[in-house]
Amino acid sequence: MSHDTAHGGDRSVAEKIDAATGQTIRSHEWDGITELNTPLPRWWINIFYATIIWSIGYWIVYPSWPLVSDYARGVIGYSSREDVSADLDAIKAFRAKQATGLEKASLEDIARTPDLRRVALAAGRAAFGDNCAPCHGAGGAGALGYPNINDDDWLWGGSLDAIHQTLTNGIRAAGNDKTRIGLMSAFGRDGVLKTDEVRAVANHLRTLAKLAPEKNYDQAKGAKIFADNCASCHGPQGNGSLEFGAPNLSDGIWLFGSNLADIIETVTNGRQGVMPAWGGRLDPVIIKALSVYVQSLGGGK
Amino acid sequence: MSTKRESLWSKHRILETNSILLLLGILLVVSIGGLVEIAPLFYLRSTIEKVPGMRPYTPLELAGRAIYVREGCYNCHSQMIRTLRDEVERYGHYSLAAESMYDKPFQWGSKRTGPDLARVGGKYSDEWHLQHLTAPRSLVPQSIMPGYPFLARAELQFDDIAMHLRANRIGGVPYTDEQVANAAADMKAQSVPDDPNGEAFSKRYPTAVARDYDGNPKVTTEADALIAYLQVLGTFVDFKLYDGKANIR
Repeated sequence: MSHDTAHGGDRSVAEKIDAATGQTIRSHEWDGITELNTPLPRWWINIFYATIIWSIGYWIVYPSWPLVSDYARGVIGYSSREDVSADLDAIKAFRAKQATGLEKASLEDIARTPDLRRVALAAGRAAFGDNCAPCHGAGGAGALGYPNINDDDWLWGGSLDAIHQTLTNGIRAAGNDKTRIGLMSAFGRDGVLKTDEVRAVANHLRTLAKLAPEKNYDQAKGAKIFADNCASCHGPQGNGSLEFGAPNLSDGIWLFGSNLADIIETVTNGRQGVMPAWGGRLDPVIIKALSVYVQSLGGGK
Repeated sequence: MSTKRESLWSKHRILETNSILLLLGILLVVSIGGLVEIAPLFYLRSTIEKVPGMRPYTPLELAGRAIYVREGCYNCHSQMIRTLRDEVERYGHYSLAAESMYDKPFQWGSKRTGPDLARVGGKYSDEWHLQHLTAPRSLVPQSIMPGYPFLARAELQFDDIAMHLRANRIGGVPYTDEQVANAAADMKAQSVPDDPNGEAFSKRYPTAVARDYDGNPKVTTEADALIAYLQVLGTFVDFKLYDGKANIR
């Protein structure tokens, strides 16, 4: 066996030519198996050289490499930031044309004028899907702890202005001094009510919504605790108050669950649902469109 | 059968059949590439963008970031809004290099199975994050994200948080001696309302927010840390003040 161990083949030995292909045969051999030294096809190599030549053009036209005090900017002065700015300006102009007046018109005018309303609903639906749906659901049906938008039961008001205000500044949104703040105290945790008192008032709350309370619960005690502690925000009949974002307790809509255990949890630890402020995050026109869209989902008491 | 004279184009055989030579050749080419392409990024004015608002992570956020890395969040979530219209429309202002300046290493990622998180800070409430981390499909029915219910149950164990700060400082994050010395106390102070160290914490990190992130004020959990981290992502730079047109480069 003539095993070629020298680097680069043994160039002193003449390379054999393979009769069938005309290619040279490498000088190493294992058990009679030899290797052809077939060069890369000419066309392939030519394309490879062509890409190198092409890269020189690329290098001249586009930003390429760093220099001593700046980088090679390329003759067309391409900048991805400039490009995206131009793209954004273009889409803004396009939308301005589509929604002439959406920016200047009042919310009421947008809702009243069919053309503006159509555009607002389309833009609002798109923005809702990306920004609101994670909490309120794709169709606005909400989830436990996240209000249903479809039911015309509004915590902070369903007028266009109220919705706009809620969207812009959020609810208990950190770092926003115009945000809506309502305080549902932790009556049990803070020691305002004892465990049995919480249970009594929780039963009373179920009766307000015409749900069956526990048998033998202390009705008088529940009603008195409600009047003393809850009625100031939720109203004597439990009809709620938009001013404090206090939910209507009599309408059978339960944001945090209607089981006795859920209600006891609510009364014990309070509820402080948070909605982020969208004022700095979304375009003002989009917030207007969203206001109209959100109101269209639930009616708009 | 004659010995062919080797042309210049056949000289690569010398490298290809001598592995040590090939290795040295590769090292030479790569170091030239690094020197020319990478080294200037450290001094070129046009690549160093100073942006007001950037601050180092607080110890709690830094611990949350470590959990983010530990759980492999970067496998599905990027933190890089590219300069493309659709990305800016969906996620907000494109990411700036300076926004990753205190990330060691950055979490840009390269794959988006889930959405980009570069500006997720403030987009959802803490409760949402907690519920979403615990049971993603309870909020987003079509989500394929795994649940991480253990985060809210696991007490945050970062006895070496000061070491984390110190290691970051070696990497160029400007933590002060005081911040390093108080790292453990600060980590707790940021997650517990009315903590006795709360005031000192706010002094050390004036723009950081201390609150109970996971709805459990008694224990500082891994969920506290991760949510604290998520809630600051992309929020440091105030883009009302940032002049994008002046920074086209």
